[in-house]
Amino acid sequence: MDALPDHMRPERSFQGFILALQRFWAEQGCVILQPYDMEMGAGTFHPATTLRALGPKRWNAAYVQPSRRPKDGRYGENPNRLQHYYQFQVIMKPSPPNLQDLYLKSLAAIGIDSSVHDIRFVEDDWESPTLGAWGLGWECWCDGMEVSQFTYFQQVAGVECAPVAGELTYGLERLAMYVQGVDRVYDLNFNGRDGADKVTYGDVFLQAEQEYSRHNFEHSDSDMLFKQFVMAEEACKKYLDAGWRDGQREAHLMALPAYDQCIKASHVFNLLDARGVISVTERQSYIMRVRELAKACGEAWVHTEAGGAA
Amino acid sequence: MPDLLLELFSEEIPARMQAKAADDLRRLVTDKLVAEGLVYEGAKAFATPRRLALTVHGIPARQPDLKTERKGPKIGAPDAAVQGFLKATGLKSLDEATIQKDPKGDFYVALIEKSGRDAIDVLAEILPVIVRTFPWPKSMRWGERSARSGALTWVRPLHSIIATFGPETEEPDVVKFSIDGIEAGQTTFGHRFMAPAAISVRRFEDYEAKLKAAKVVLDPQARKDIILEDAKELAFAQSFELVEDQVLADEVAGLVEWPVALMGSFEAEYLSIPDEVIRATIRNNQKCFVVRDPKTGKLTNKFILTANIEATDGGKTIIGGNERVIRARLSDAKFFYETDLKTKLEARLPKFEQIVFHEKLGTQAARIKRIERLAAEIAPLVGADVGKATRAAHLAKADLLTEVVGEFPELQGLMGKYYALAQGEDGSVAAASEEHYKPQGPADRVPTDPVSVAVALADKIDTLVGFWAIDEKPTGSKDPYALRRAALGVIRLIVENTLRLPILHVAKSAIDGLRETGTKQALIDSDKLPADLLAFFADRLKVQLREQGARHDLVDAVFSLGGQDDLLLVVRRVEALGKFLDTDDGKNLLAGTKRASNILSIEEKKDKRTFDGAPDAGLYKVPEEKALATAIDQVKREAAAAVQKEDFATAMSAMAKLRPAVDAFFDKVKVNDDEPKVRENRLKLLNEIRAATRAVADFSKIEG
Repeated sequence: MDALPDHMRPERSFQGFILALQRFWAEQGCVILQPYDMEMGAGTFHPATTLRALGPKRWNAAYVQPSRRPKDGRYGENPNRLQHYYQFQVIMKPSPPNLQDLYLKSLAAIGIDSSVHDIRFVEDDWESPTLGAWGLGWECWCDGMEVSQFTYFQQVAGVECAPVAGELTYGLERLAMYVQGVDRVYDLNFNGRDGADKVTYGDVFLQAEQEYSRHNFEHSDSDMLFKQFVMAEEACKKYLDAGWRDGQREAHLMALPAYDQCIKASHVFNLLDARGVISVTERQSYIMRVRELAKACGEAWVHTEAGGAA
Repeated sequence: MPDLLLELFSEEIPARMQAKAADDLRRLVTDKLVAEGLVYEGAKAFATPRRLALTVHGIPARQPDLKTERKGPKIGAPDAAVQGFLKATGLKSLDEATIQKDPKGDFYVALIEKSGRDAIDVLAEILPVIVRTFPWPKSMRWGERSARSGALTWVRPLHSIIATFGPETEEPDVVKFSIDGIEAGQTTFGHRFMAPAAISVRRFEDYEAKLKAAKVVLDPQARKDIILEDAKELAFAQSFELVEDQVLADEVAGLVEWPVALMGSFEAEYLSIPDEVIRATIRNNQKCFVVRDPKTGKLTNKFILTANIEATDGGKTIIGGNERVIRARLSDAKFFYETDLKTKLEARLPKFEQIVFHEKLGTQAARIKRIERLAAEIAPLVGADVGKATRAAHLAKADLLTEVVGEFPELQGLMGKYYALAQGEDGSVAAASEEHYKPQGPADRVPTDPVSVAVALADKIDTLVGFWAIDEKPTGSKDPYALRRAALGVIRLIVENTLRLPILHVAKSAIDGLRETGTKQALIDSDKLPADLLAFFADRLKVQLREQGARHDLVDAVFSLGGQDDLLLVVRRVEALGKFLDTDDGKNLLAGTKRASNILSIEEKKDKRTFDGAPDAGLYKVPEEKALATAIDQVKREAAAAVQKEDFATAMSAMAKLRPAVDAFFDKVKVNDDEPKVRENRLKLLNEIRAATRAVADFSKIEG
């Protein structure tokens, strides 16, 4: 790490911080993926987690995933809340026996030294109603701040995980703010440079936060979104039906494209929810509809080659 | 005798599960030992975030030998029966069996001697079963083996097991077993950060000491004591005072193996937020203690956190980090509080029209209307101003829609009070926001301000009547709407404030309210409902009196008089009755009345008729009859007059006068006279005794 130029050090730059995590997990044998090219609420939605967590095959991956939470937008006025932020996601299947140690070493790699920081594993049972998934694990605390989620997946998309995968999710902005010692996310040093060369998180994202907040809360086209939800839902089902080889429920050939539509439906639902056009009772039924899609995709996936059918 | 040391070392166990898990481990192991004939001397279990540990001392080294007799077939039984007998008992031939004489035919008996096994072998058999079937509230699979069926499940991944067994003076043996690839041994690990190396242990004393040297305090109580003592000292050093919080201390003790208390501070400007909000913020979210200034009783801008390490920088970084988080949290709380203050409570009410209270009971808005109506009706009965009670009921639920209560539901009511005061409401009206939820349980305070009392009663009675009307009564252990608590609340509000409240009448009015607010539900048995509900109150009252050590049969004796819907009077009657029955007069009168009742019920059955009606004075043959009739007349009059004045003690003393006459009657008079008319007259007289005592209670319901 000493060989790193200053502007790449994790405690100086946001990008250096991300690169340090990627390098660490690459060292552990993970494939380093790039973000999935669709809007999603969390890194867990990435097929590299949701689908790859299913089936018997080994799978170790790490990636950054931009996460969209339309409801969390604050027009750029809140120091921590964002409608678009980054998650760093690690998935290891089967969960290795030393996963907790690996996690602590990864913190050391981004400048969090466990001899001066108080790191804790605090109970947190994770559940995603839209994904039909649950697991047990912890929120990881550093000096009283929640910095990661640590979950042993027990079930995903309605399918039992066998073997169990371990999932780590780091809230990148929050961690980087702590490491850099800034109180406002927009003040994060993005590129690690000083003076005129310095680019902050605000330079990159502030305008986007303002624009998307306006869009998400005031202007998004609900009529179109309602239609999009139905279209994505129907397409997902259609692709799932068409994907069974020779119409037999033995092998599936289109789980991934179908799952894309499930991701789409989920994000559209989040947009509608942020717009306040879904009532409390309807809300539950939309979540159920997305879950049904996720479950059907999981069922299809375990009949594909990567899902372990062959 | 040998001792057992067992440790199950895992990844972090949720704090809230640790105490029960330790207890379960001790119970399961010791129960099994006893069932195996291994009676031990003592056992103690411990839990830390990463381990469950158990020591059982004084276990016999071997099970006792067991001798059992087993009855076999008759002499000369068919060969198949004999062979089956030999096989089942392990005898080589019938020569090894004895013969027992029996009049119905002699038969074979096998004497089986089973020699006891070594305790360590028994342990090796029972411990894996206990681990595999451990009652965690939720358990999980992990790792490579989770793909196989029958994989071990545990609360979080289990890493190692210590199981040693042996006498104090010798090197103990390892209890040999393995579960899903984890071999029991004698190795554990110290503190995750400060002493992570493997440690080899022999027995409990050296286990506990070595752990301590490796920065692990095994005993949760010891960790809790350290936390509280250090926290108090830190506060005291600055002339402040720790706000003690046992529940929080227990939780924090379950989050650390090596507690280190540290003090941090936050900006004094946040002290403008109500203390309760600051405390909820710091406690619920950050698991930290708050500190007060003993001079003012108010919180100071300090907090105390418990770290799990002795940091090499003395805790500077840890304090700094926690301060950042707490600052951000308090900043949110302050924003919520100030935002809330900008909206008047009544301006929030329209939103309740969108919020369903219960699918069959309409919206929250409808419910608030009903409570208002009922509170106005109850107000004059409890000495409250009708206007204030109505206003209080109008606003009492409004804080449910505030930001602070959304964040901290446990502050409901309290925030309503603050916001009501801030918008200039009357003090009693504001207080009712908080107090109308009370009493929450048997230990909670009962409000005394009449406005609070009126709203509290209206709230609870509306709830009870509503759920009764849609047939959602509590059954067995199921009481999802806490209706038992609500009924007990009504009882305590009435009795402790000595209120006169005609429950049946108020319940009927609540039903009208339910109809007016347009619930579309067909109300179930609305005619029977008030009486039904009254019976529920009677049950609750019995439970409560029983818990206070009073006799619950007396409650039945009073309620079975009928028409008793004034709970305060019921309680007073029960009290007076209880005192009376403690006296000799009371006991004898009870005995006499019961005797009269018993004779009557036998004769009534025999004659298939009752003996109602006044006895004929002309048929009295002996002075004792006349004396009893006179006494009954007098007692009836006096008791009735006293009951009229609600003076139950005097009514009871009047009853006491009946006793000598009753005693003398039974002494001297034969009820079943040969002359039928005289017999009938005497039975009528007995019936009069029963009738007279009913002025205060139905004596037949009293036990003993």
